[in-house]
Formats: sequence, C-alpha cells, structure tokens
Amino acid sequence: MEQFMQQMINGFSLGSIYALIALGYTMVYGIIKLINFAHGDIYMLGAFAGFFAISAFHLGFIPSLIISMAICALAGMFIEKVAYKPLRTAPRISMLITAIGVSLFLENGGLLVFSPSIRTFPTIFPVKTYSIFGGIVKLTVKDIVVFLVMIVMLIILQYLVYRTKIGKAMRAVSFDKDAAGLMGVDVDTTISYTFAIGSALAAVAGVLVGIYYNSVWPLMGIMPGLKAFIAAVLGGIGIIPGAVLGGLMIGVIETLVAGYGNSLYRDGVAFAILIIVLLLKPSGLLGKNEREKV
Amino acid sequence: MERNALKKDFMVLIAIVIFYAVIQVLMQTGVIGPYYSLNLILMCINIMLAVSLNLINGFLGQFSIGHAGLMSVGAYTSAILTYYYDMPLAVALIVGALSASLAGLIVAVPTLRLKGDYLGIATLGFGEIIRVFFLTNDTVGGAKGFFGIPKLTTWTWAYFVMVLTIVVIKNFINSSYGRSCIAIRENEIAAEAMGINTTRYKILAFTIGAFFAGAAGALYAHNFYTIQPEQFNFMKSFDIMTMVVLGGQGSITGSIVGAVAVTLLNAALSSLAALRMVIYSLLLIIMMLFRPQGLFGITEFTIDQVLGRRGRLGKSA
Repeated sequence: MEQFMQQMINGFSLGSIYALIALGYTMVYGIIKLINFAHGDIYMLGAFAGFFAISAFHLGFIPSLIISMAICALAGMFIEKVAYKPLRTAPRISMLITAIGVSLFLENGGLLVFSPSIRTFPTIFPVKTYSIFGGIVKLTVKDIVVFLVMIVMLIILQYLVYRTKIGKAMRAVSFDKDAAGLMGVDVDTTISYTFAIGSALAAVAGVLVGIYYNSVWPLMGIMPGLKAFIAAVLGGIGIIPGAVLGGLMIGVIETLVAGYGNSLYRDGVAFAILIIVLLLKPSGLLGKNEREKV
Repeated sequence: MERNALKKDFMVLIAIVIFYAVIQVLMQTGVIGPYYSLNLILMCINIMLAVSLNLINGFLGQFSIGHAGLMSVGAYTSAILTYYYDMPLAVALIVGALSASLAGLIVAVPTLRLKGDYLGIATLGFGEIIRVFFLTNDTVGGAKGFFGIPKLTTWTWAYFVMVLTIVVIKNFINSSYGRSCIAIRENEIAAEAMGINTTRYKILAFTIGAFFAGAAGALYAHNFYTIQPEQFNFMKSFDIMTMVVLGGQGSITGSIVGAVAVTLLNAALSSLAALRMVIYSLLLIIMMLFRPQGLFGITEFTIDQVLGRRGRLGKSA
C-alpha cells in the first residue's frame, strides 16, 4: 500500500509535467491541425534556459521560470513565423516534415551549442519529506512544487482561454479559421499567441523536470515530447482538460509499469494504451465523435 | 503501339542489366572501394523502403509512420534464421519479408478505422511497440543489439531485390488495384460510393508495403553484422518519410530520387558529425518551404520527357 501510494505520487508528478507539455500540443493542434514535433525540443530549450538562469545568473525559482517562459514563448513564435506560416496552404504533410526538421535542428543544434553531456541542475529547494495520512503518503518538496506550479498554470490558462479577448479569438480560430477571419479576428496574431502560450507551458515543464530529476541534456525532449503527444491524443486532441487527464494517466501508468514490471516496457505500454483507446474511441477519451461530412 | 511499348520495356531491361554489370565490374576491380559499395547497397535498401512506403503514403493516401518497425521485423526474423539456423539469404529474405507483411496486416486491420493524423500516431505506436518487443527480447540481444549476423548482402542481392520491388510496386499501381488505391487517396467516401472495397485495398497495400519493408530490413541486417532496436525507432521512420516527401508523394521515380538524395547527403555530411544533422535538418526545412509538394509532385520522370518527346505524362505513367 505504501509503495503503491508512493508510485502514485511519483506518477502524478511525472504526469503533471507531461500534462504541461501536452497542453501546448493540444492548443497548437486545435488551432492549425499540426502535430508540432518540435514542441518537445522547446521543452528542452526551456529546461536549459532555466538551468542557465539558476546556475549562471543565480536567480531564484520564480524569476528563472519567468525568463525561461519568455525565451520559449519567443522561440515558439519565431519558429511558427519562419517555418510553419509560409506553409499554411501547403499539403499538411509538408508542414509535418518541416516540424520534424525543426525538431532535428533544435536537438542537433542543442548538441552543438550545449554539448552532449548531461548537466546537473542545481538544487534550489530543500530536500525535505512530509508525511501525511499517518505516514502512508510521503511528499517531497519537489512534488509539492510540481503540483502547485501545475495548478497555478492551469488556472492562468483557464483564465486566458475563457476570460480574455485573445482566448476568445483562439477558440474562434480553432472552431473555424475562415469564419473567424471574416468576423474580424486577426488569425495570424492569434496563431502566434497560441504558439507563445503553448511554448511557455513547455518551458515550465522543462524547468520542473530540471528540478525534479536534477539533470538537463539536449536530447531530453524527444521521448517526453512523444509521450506528451500521446497524452494529448489520449484525452482528445484540441481539448484542454483532455490534455491534463491524458498527461496524468500516462504519467501514472508509466510509473506503475516501471515500478512493478520492467522499466523497458514503459514506452511500449504507453503506446499500447494509446492504440487501444483510439480503437475504442477514435477521438480520444473526452472527444466528441464527429460525423464526417460528404 | 504495342510493339513500341515492348521495345521500350526491353530497352529499360537492358539498361538495368548494364548498370548492374558496370557497378559490379567496378567493385570487383576495386575502382569502387568498400566505403562506396556500402553506400551503394544502402542506397538500394533506402530506395526499397521509400518506394514501399510511397505505396501506402503516396498512392493510398494513408498516413503511416511505422515503417521502421516493419523493417525491423524483417531484419530480426531474417537474422534469426541465418544466425541460429544457418539458412541461406534467399530463405531468410523471403521469410523476413513475409513476417513483416504479417506484422503489417496486424497493424492494418485494427487501425484502418482511423483517419489522418490518428492513423499516423497509431502506426507510430505500433512501430514503437515492435521496438520495445525487440528491446526486451534477450534471444536477439535486447538493448545491446544482435551481433554476429553473417554478412550475406552483396551488391547483386541488393540491386536485384530493389529492381524487383520497383517493378512489382509499379505494376501494382498501374493495375486496376492501383487505380482503386489512387481513388481512395483522392476521395475515400466517393471511392466507397463507387463500389470500391476500401478496406480490402487498404489491407492489400499495407501488406505489400510491409513485405518490401521487411525485405529491405533483411538486406539491412545482413549488410551490417549487427542490428540494434534503436536503429529502428521513429526517427528512422521519419527518415524514410523524408525520402518519400522529398521526392514527391505519389511518384515512384520521385521516391527513388529522394532515397538517393538522402543517402548521398548522409554520406557526404558524415565527416561533419553533429553539424551533419543540423545541415540536414536545415535543408529539409528549406526544401519544404520552397517546394512543399516534393521534387516531382505526383508526376513521374520518364525517358521520353528527357528526349523532349510527348510521353505518358501525368500521374504515374
């Protein structure tokens, strides 16, 4: 029981990180129907930005987080402008190939600039463990930070999407790009903002991973990027609560598989669950089944 | 007209044999060194992979990114046969290809209900599951890789299996089956309404594509002495997809050019180490920005076009 609860806590921490990356995937997919493979590498960029802010400039947690978010938001907007925007009318697969190209560029550029070695993230939170429910559940400070940041980010995102003008524009564009344009929504700006917000969330995930696992390296974005995408599809891509649900599910399942079975099976199980869910519910757990128009 | 076509086919056959013989003689006399022969064989394997994926992605219009997984099934199955049972390459090749097509069938049947990106993700998932399967299987070396596979792939094998692949897929596309596949690509609902059994053609194309991916995998395994599960991850699938998209989806000659270009580029940049992938990715992005439909689009490159005669232009001549 104790071990199970502990695995659940670890799973939720990992899942929260996946969920933050998945939110960016889901928002970008919802708005321009692009699987932005470079998103996982934006997360890597965020982790490095946080790493340098903390270790080289000795900033605190919150300022580092904000700097990392700003850098990634700019990077996301820049990538969209240079690589994706010219391809809006091109076949969808060309945009996907471009996204893969950007991803490879960031990974290998990262290897060149940051060197392939794994860097140790400085410890910024006290290593302390709290026992609750009479010692059944042990929470570390890191776990608490991850949960808190995740919840704060979700509240901010919810506010942005449902209470602000830009959120309204985003929802309109994702519903119908052409109609939104006709109604006076600046589609390009809205897409730009979507990339900025999604990338900023990935940056948060990057910094949190740095704090949680104490290490950053240029290829760290590949697998989490893919897992987060699975999470987004699992919950129903384009749906914000779906991304959170999917992220938490993948995180918990993965931790349980690694904890009770063979950690090598971890990646396979995540994909197997995805395929089963897609077969039963092709539009994801929270997705609505749309009838195809002839 | 009939005689003309026959004459043309005969000339193509002669050209194929002459090309083979020239390279073979050059290899035997040592004009083409081991490094270049390795890349020539790799080129043949890449052409097989690109052409077979193009059947699924380009002609059937189904977005599949699990090709490397199918390739690994062929590679591992054939390697087991030659390593543990001393089978000749021909048997290993055929069994490897068949088991890959079986895997393709297993992937195709449940996932065919999915469309577009969802199908892509499901095939990617299957590819990764296959990778994890080999990763956790100790009889084939697990994560360390499968060592000691006999080096049986020669230029002759690679070249003629490649020619066979192209001929079979080209004829498939030009048959009524291929026409049905193209109809499905253009509009699945309309094709269904016209009485085309879409499921049947999808399964057929997936199985054929997987068959040749498996054959390519078998040649690959017997060219390199060792294979590792990591070599068949989704990056490899992307690599194959890049060849197809670069050449043009829906063009066999395009796929061949794409595969040759990617192989040459990889070989040319190999001395640059980390910089290589940066240049490669930049070229990929630039290529997509300026020619998103690929080099050839859906047109085929024919000898008639070169000679300035009005040939069978248009889709899949």
